[in-house]
Amino acid sequence: MEQVLKRVFAAKLSDLPEKLGRTVEAGGLELAIFKLADDNIRVIENRCPHKGGVLAEGMVSGEHVFCPMHDWKISVVDGKVQDPDTGCVQTYDVEVQNGDVYIYIPE
Amino acid sequence: MEKQKLVLIGNGMAGVRAVEEILKLSPDQFDITVFGSEPYPNYDRIQLSKVLQGDTEISDITLNSWEWYEENNILLYPGETVTAVDTEKQTVTTDKDRQVPYDKLIMATGSVPFMLPLPGADKEGVTAFRDIKDCEQMIESAEQYKKAVVIGGGLLGLEAARGLLNLGMEVDVVHIADFLMERQLDRTAGKMLQKELEKQGMNFLLEKQSQEIIGEDRVEGLRFKDGEEVEADLVVMAVGIRPNAALASQSGIPVNRGIIVNDHLETEILNVYAVGECAEHREMVYGLVAPLYQQGQEMAKKICGIESEGYQGSVLSTQLKVSGVDVFSTGKINEDEDTKTVKVFDDWRGIYQKVLVDEGKITGAVLFGDTKEGNQLLSLINKGAAIEEYLDQDKSDAAGIDFIASMGSEEIVCGCNGVTKGTIVNAIGEQGLTTVDQVKGCTSASRSCGGCKPLVADLLEHTLGDEYDHNQKESICACTSLSRDEVVEEIKSKGLTHIREVMNVLEWKTEEGCSKCKPALNYYLGMINPSEYKDEKESRFVNERLHANIQNDGTYSVVPRMYGGVTNSEDLRKIADVADKYEVKMIKVTGGQRLDLLGVQKEDLPRIWSELDMPSGSAYAKGLRTVKTCVGADFCRFGTQDSIGLGVQMEKKFEGLNTPHKVKMSVSACPRNCAEGSVKDVGVVGLDGEFEIYVGGNGGTHMRQAELLSKVKTEEEVIDATAAFLQYYREDANYLERTSAWVERVGLDHIQSVLSNKKTFIELIQRMNEALAVVQQQDPWKEAIESETLLRDLYKNVKVAAGSN
Repeated sequence: MEQVLKRVFAAKLSDLPEKLGRTVEAGGLELAIFKLADDNIRVIENRCPHKGGVLAEGMVSGEHVFCPMHDWKISVVDGKVQDPDTGCVQTYDVEVQNGDVYIYIPE
Repeated sequence: MEKQKLVLIGNGMAGVRAVEEILKLSPDQFDITVFGSEPYPNYDRIQLSKVLQGDTEISDITLNSWEWYEENNILLYPGETVTAVDTEKQTVTTDKDRQVPYDKLIMATGSVPFMLPLPGADKEGVTAFRDIKDCEQMIESAEQYKKAVVIGGGLLGLEAARGLLNLGMEVDVVHIADFLMERQLDRTAGKMLQKELEKQGMNFLLEKQSQEIIGEDRVEGLRFKDGEEVEADLVVMAVGIRPNAALASQSGIPVNRGIIVNDHLETEILNVYAVGECAEHREMVYGLVAPLYQQGQEMAKKICGIESEGYQGSVLSTQLKVSGVDVFSTGKINEDEDTKTVKVFDDWRGIYQKVLVDEGKITGAVLFGDTKEGNQLLSLINKGAAIEEYLDQDKSDAAGIDFIASMGSEEIVCGCNGVTKGTIVNAIGEQGLTTVDQVKGCTSASRSCGGCKPLVADLLEHTLGDEYDHNQKESICACTSLSRDEVVEEIKSKGLTHIREVMNVLEWKTEEGCSKCKPALNYYLGMINPSEYKDEKESRFVNERLHANIQNDGTYSVVPRMYGGVTNSEDLRKIADVADKYEVKMIKVTGGQRLDLLGVQKEDLPRIWSELDMPSGSAYAKGLRTVKTCVGADFCRFGTQDSIGLGVQMEKKFEGLNTPHKVKMSVSACPRNCAEGSVKDVGVVGLDGEFEIYVGGNGGTHMRQAELLSKVKTEEEVIDATAAFLQYYREDANYLERTSAWVERVGLDHIQSVLSNKKTFIELIQRMNEALAVVQQQDPWKEAIESETLLRDLYKNVKVAAGSN
């Protein structure tokens, strides 16, 4: 089944803290938005598949975030939980236009 | 070639492990189908007692995830029970009328708990202790009821009883023999065990035979043969297990006690195998995990067509999984006329060790209190060693290496996860492993209970020889091979000033580090250069970054400072007002004599802090938490010193300090030590005319009694000694090492000798004061409230309004 996506404005690029996450509530979803050290923006589901830890509050290293609850390591690029734990979180596409950050979420 | 169809009946530890072995040997030979009656993937049944005891959760004991079955193309039917096997047509039929053909069939149906056929055994509140469902029932019962009776004083019964105690129930253990675990222990050890468990709060009814379970719909009590009765809201039957061989027997597969198998785990019917607790090999039925794993290996070889000697039987060993009690037994337990024994009995320290010797060879052992030698004795028995080999060895480190060298590669090092010596040695060789942590990561050895860590370390040393570095065991994390000391030395000698620079210059293997090294480096850099270093908030754990403690539901808690545990009506009023206004979910008195406001939304934190207008209590910090005080000389008739006054002074002196791990202190005014200084990082005890300073205590995970650092005359001297001690701890300990572990590691003598040097003592205090001057410039809550950037970066969520784009 094809999903219809809509684009929503999330934040100004300059308002996002570097190497930290921020919680975004949009369209009934709770997302975690990260500005990485290389200035790339990544958005994933805000809850760790293990015990529901808030990923936006995790420590960010490169392209991974460490869940603040039990230190699961999760890729912010493809949402995959890293070994030896397993699982994954949803990822969302992002677009930056004229310094504004937009997220694509399901309609 | 078309794949053969392999069907496994029983989705438990033995069967699934056997399938893993088959996949290892011959990954593409079979189409595998698994039936399991329980609606879960394979889980670690052994850990159920830990679940009940509250040490772990059901979700944490899964051994093979749903994904594992998918990845290996295994078709799993959870919650589906095989009801018939047609051994001629080679098919199985399930309770959902599914029929599946097989070329090879493995029966791994395990055991069923033996339920005493007592009148009333069908009442509500009577359960076995075998699976997740039983465990859940006990946990639910404990929420509503208070009195439990466990029938059976064996391994399972005692583990269940300990779990029920942890769940807050009163527990009677009923046992038919006159001492506990009579099948695994002798009378002496059984009685010592009983004493220990009585201390933990268990009550024993020995030499009692149960006759009837009484009550209406739900159990209300238990009556014994002698006419006595006890009350019970929950009865757990843990009298034993028996092989679940009913399906085999109905299907015409020969069964004695269990399903009869030969050395290759073949039943007497072609293409049907049995493994685990349901199987009977040479008239033995095994109920422990190590033999089952060995059986699985041998069976896998046969099924994959690999020649082998086959399974030769196992010598059993038992270990009780009850916290605070070390019990181990193996082989023969009770001596007969010709048996000689080697015994150690130390009633004072609670240690009992008995090694049994028949015709010069070790045949069994019972260990209580100190079970370190358990694995080694088991291995000596397995190879039929003479008693001299045990007695003559020196008990030094070298002995461990000799022992590991003598182990066969098929022998299991980690019993919890069934990891053999061979697997570990291969992993060390192929993947270039050098540390116990790496071995754990790659092979799972020592991942569960950790009991085999010393063996793994010995094995590393044995395998690597000279390349094994005793002192280099602990690198900071997997991002570097450098140890804490090396990193600190490099930071100092090269004058490194920020985290990124440390990682670049010291050639970190990862671009930006990980959750272990980032906070560690942040701490070391700040410790080495307090006035210049700019703390990196993105390298702090969430609690320290936000100055509030995150809770399991994503809300936070707020703990304002109450120096020395003293408060006043004005502060209490402010706290009450804030709690009302922000609908705080709970106000809780903490163990450190202050108040915790729980269930606060992140965005409310700054407003609450500003309305409270009290300093942060640093309840989130790797730093000074609290200084607990007793009432002291002002009010208490025993008080000899002003404990509150000194406690407040100390809390004001050291608040905000960054330390390797949290620091808790206390001041008591007399030797009664009401502020519990024996379990504090620094515990001051006031006496008439002097103070005793105790250090390195801990009342948490690793219980440790504080040791006397020094005695001094004045309050100023107490503060100086504390400052010097804490500064040395800051400079010498590993990040995340509590004072208890640090004092234990370096030794109190060493610390005393460092502090006894006058010059060093003064310099430590000076460096402490420099560090304090920096952190005490501003309270962290005030700093957050007053900074637009911090408020925006850390405390704001984004809400996208509906319909926006």
